[in-house]
Amino acid sequence: MSDQARTLFDKVWDDHVVAEMGHGYQLLHVDRNLLHDLSGGKALADLERRGLSVHTPALNIAVPDHAVSSAPGRHAASTEISARLAPIFKQRAEAAGIRYIDVNDPEQGIVHVIGPELGLTLPGTLICCGDSHTSTHGALGAVAFGIGSTELLHVLATQTIVQKKPQRMRVTFEGRAGAGVAPKDMILYLMGAIGAAGGDGYALEYAGSAIRTLDIEGRLTICNMSIECGAKMGMIAPDDVTYHYLAGREHAPKGELFETARRHWETLPTDPDAEFDREVTLDMVDIAPQITWGTSPEHVTSISDQVPDPAQATPEKREDWARALDYIGLTPGQAFEDVAVDHVFIGSCTNSRISDLRAAAAIAHGRKVPEGTSAWVVPGSQAVKRQAEAEGLDAIFRMAGFEWREPGCSQCVAANGEVVAPGARCVSTTNRNFVGRQGPRARTHLVSPAMAAAAAVTGRITDVRKLGGAQ
Amino acid sequence: MKPLIQISGPAVPLMEANINTDVIIRIERLSDFGRDELEPYAFEAWRFDETGAEIADFPLNQPHWKSAPILLAGPNFGCGSSREGAVWALNCLGIRVVIAPSFGGIFRNNCYQNGTLPIALSAEIVEDFAKITKAQREAPFRVDLEAQVVIPPNGTPVPFEIDGLRKSGLSKGLDDLGLTAQQLPGIAAWQETDRALRPWIWLD
Repeated sequence: MSDQARTLFDKVWDDHVVAEMGHGYQLLHVDRNLLHDLSGGKALADLERRGLSVHTPALNIAVPDHAVSSAPGRHAASTEISARLAPIFKQRAEAAGIRYIDVNDPEQGIVHVIGPELGLTLPGTLICCGDSHTSTHGALGAVAFGIGSTELLHVLATQTIVQKKPQRMRVTFEGRAGAGVAPKDMILYLMGAIGAAGGDGYALEYAGSAIRTLDIEGRLTICNMSIECGAKMGMIAPDDVTYHYLAGREHAPKGELFETARRHWETLPTDPDAEFDREVTLDMVDIAPQITWGTSPEHVTSISDQVPDPAQATPEKREDWARALDYIGLTPGQAFEDVAVDHVFIGSCTNSRISDLRAAAAIAHGRKVPEGTSAWVVPGSQAVKRQAEAEGLDAIFRMAGFEWREPGCSQCVAANGEVVAPGARCVSTTNRNFVGRQGPRARTHLVSPAMAAAAAVTGRITDVRKLGGAQ
Repeated sequence: MKPLIQISGPAVPLMEANINTDVIIRIERLSDFGRDELEPYAFEAWRFDETGAEIADFPLNQPHWKSAPILLAGPNFGCGSSREGAVWALNCLGIRVVIAPSFGGIFRNNCYQNGTLPIALSAEIVEDFAKITKAQREAPFRVDLEAQVVIPPNGTPVPFEIDGLRKSGLSKGLDDLGLTAQQLPGIAAWQETDRALRPWIWLD
């Protein structure tokens, strides 16, 4: 390795060092700080209580997404929690000179969906947000990670953050995706392969032919779930797909400035001789449509497998698997396709973009959600919703018996009160199958959008490959 | 922020792997209650049954561990959501030290912002501690930040690692904001240079 050979992650990270803080800690400049309704208003109030003000308002942006209702006709006060949080959030953001995108603004949406959509997320930027799925933005070649409430105060007050540099891990996906295999299946497969702590202490870079051929939306899905294996972030080197995606977006540079920026972005990809602290290589041939069977994203397997037996687990995981199966209500050796589904949720910062909705609609088309099963589609943003409606996807979903709703986080985290019923089984395109995540005692199975649509129209867990395309 | 120098008391074992911050505190509780009001909601899915009654054999409900200041946990404790409320909820239970083989990265950072010490020790040592506390229940463990040791009831000190910056912040009761204040002129200068280098970043 030559002395100069560096990874994408190193280049972007090093570009943001404002000061060395000692003991290996560095003070990093934050190019974009994204605020959402659960913590944004509180953070701005806490800042004022500490006698501080927002350091660089223009590099912050605020949007309500977690607490807002997804019901048609919703407004800022449609949920009890949003009624409490939204007015304070809006008032404080605007008073601080931070742009506030209101609940029914044409640009509103889930913070991790609108960042890329509006061209706020750019290659080579450092992005923070008080939300663990900030890793999403790495898909465009940004260093992006979630932070806590006090760290958020620090960013607001100084436009910087104190961090220790993580190690580097490259995850290479080689080959072509098989039938029915979506980006979600790739990242779920990785969770199974390296475990829920497999990325602890690392910045991940996703590489390989199967990543290069993905569009930006697929890359966003993959980077989004980096946090689920404990990684600090996930990144993908910018390329022509990235530049094409960014050109013309609202906050992306225009004209000559775009070309100047692009010349900088083209220097960012990992140098050929750069070394990683850990390398993981996965062959697309091994990846079938995935489904989680337990209460951690690492509890995942191929849809064609059976529900695993804790006896097959390593000794220290046996109890964990047994407890997970008990919560989720499945029996070792059971076929997934026997299992009835109460509810299906299509949405979240993982899978609510237009390509996700197209994939789900292709399965829903001409089919019908059976009696006893309900299904929701919650687009990731107003822009996604408009595009879907222009393409007639909303009509396909409605005809098939899905509810077509308003943009937000909704049932992924159920912070707005939109919970899955106690004990109900939900097949979901979200990112966490934790105990109680979608509501107390709710049971979650994580899948791709097409797999979720397949479960909705059959009323049971279904291998999407058996349904083929639209009926 | 409360300085942390020495902590002494029983250690409650929750040895499951991958305990996530959703389970430590449900998201809506953080909107409904202040950071000092979370005691009834910490680990609620595990502490209480469907009727709201305490599940007697859950470790945090056992009388000898109810006010334990030290938590022993499995690997990857505090994974998942970035919610700092997970640390506040632990603090409301009286927990100031978590000892586990590894931690979720955001959770670990959040601990340092709230006078809470995450100690990473090998799985074997944490398992040993769990065996000791299950046998001796209220027998006190002692954590000494200055000396960087955990002293279990049997008396053999076990050293732990902590970064100097974090050690200093915890012992003085300073979060990152307290540590960065003197950097403000440097930040302004960095931004001025950056405006020329990367004008496309600047939205104003």
